[in-house]
Amino acid sequence: MLAKRIIPCLDVNAGRVVKGVNFVGLRDAGDPVEIARRYDAQGADELTFLDITASSDARDIILHVVEQVAEQVFIPLTVGGGIRAVDDVRRLLNAGADKVSMNTAAVQNPQLVADASGKVGAQCIVVAIDAKRVTGEGGPARWEVFTHGGRRPTGLDAVEWARRVQALGAGEILLTSMDRDGTKIGFDLPLTRAIADAVDIPVIASGGVGTLAHLADGISEGHADAVLAASIFHYGEFTVGEAKDFMRSRGIEVR
Amino acid sequence: MNTVAIVDYGMGNLRSVAKAIEHVAPQARVLVTNEPAAVAAADRVVVPGQGAMPDCMRELDARGLRGPVIDAARSKPFLGICIGLQMLFDASDEGNVAGLGVFRGQVRRFPAERMHGADGMRLKVPHMGWNRVAQAKPHPLWQGIDDGERFYFVHSYFVVPGDGALSAGRTGYGVDFTAAVAQDNIFAVQFHPEKSAQAGLALLGNFMRWKP
Repeated sequence: MLAKRIIPCLDVNAGRVVKGVNFVGLRDAGDPVEIARRYDAQGADELTFLDITASSDARDIILHVVEQVAEQVFIPLTVGGGIRAVDDVRRLLNAGADKVSMNTAAVQNPQLVADASGKVGAQCIVVAIDAKRVTGEGGPARWEVFTHGGRRPTGLDAVEWARRVQALGAGEILLTSMDRDGTKIGFDLPLTRAIADAVDIPVIASGGVGTLAHLADGISEGHADAVLAASIFHYGEFTVGEAKDFMRSRGIEVR
Repeated sequence: MNTVAIVDYGMGNLRSVAKAIEHVAPQARVLVTNEPAAVAAADRVVVPGQGAMPDCMRELDARGLRGPVIDAARSKPFLGICIGLQMLFDASDEGNVAGLGVFRGQVRRFPAERMHGADGMRLKVPHMGWNRVAQAKPHPLWQGIDDGERFYFVHSYFVVPGDGALSAGRTGYGVDFTAAVAQDNIFAVQFHPEKSAQAGLALLGNFMRWKP
């Protein structure tokens, strides 16, 4: 049986791993290569690097980070952030990434998803969706897609956008709840479930993990195929191994 | 000198395969090459591949690599990975394209009507992640690897060999499919050993030492 995946996420700013709350307020969390090796040793199933470098001058630093990590860590690597063109996708894959994740660029130019998928295969193309709840509790839930690191509303309905990117050729969806990101109160489970049930491609749940139970809930209640977390692993609160032991105790298949 | 040629026909993350082999066989000469002559001259050949099979076959032909790959499959330690496994067969449902025909059999898509787990949950396609590989027969490339060990898969199609005896490993995902084949000097896998942590590195190390 296919194992549910645990994916530590490394936000990388100008070559260093950082972590913020609700997309702002960055704290240094360490050296990407060192952190990647530690997670690999702990049994991480994949690693995701989000390049949040603001300066375009520093953009190429992520390529060196990926090259260095790929020489030492032999599990799948996903890289996102700042991708604008099929050429950006190719450069990241050539540096050692296995998948690339696009967010703002996919919204601005959906054809990019189709073009990149056609060139390198759907299995390499992840579309990241940052979604924010736009209806109050009680009413029928609806979530809107935001871009530019969560700053810009798009008017797109998150569930419809998820179906659309699947049709365009995305191989996977990385779904982040902006309401929950950095809050440690757990995934937005209704959002996760709405998207996971709406598409045939795997969905990675992200945003809000504070406990091991949150990770398990993302799978069993959110129907996610994989769960992504950053801070609970970076600051040594839990190891990936502990997360897997917990999920196993809940009857979830893990590696 | 143990020279291994990783066949570069423009499809897939060859750097990862090269780095993983360099990691397990530091003494070996690892060439990522699109030169037919270099493939022909190598002691061992690895054919990786990602993406759509029709594109892979077209790119292989565009570089004049079809002949050298078929020759290698007949004559020297040969490791196929992902599309590098699928292309060994007669034909694929993906784009109705012909393969190299080294083995009889077809490449099929996961059947939508069978994609449900034991718990009734829908199984997604692509089959992406870590799944168990049951070793269907003993083989030097399985040495030191537990039967039922997990490897990393990313694919929507799988091989259906005409000869069931080819199967060296099986995996369940909606259907029970062939995850590895072995015959004479050929070993080929649907999963990605270069992305399968210690188990994958063990398999690549075994390949670099293999004397079929």
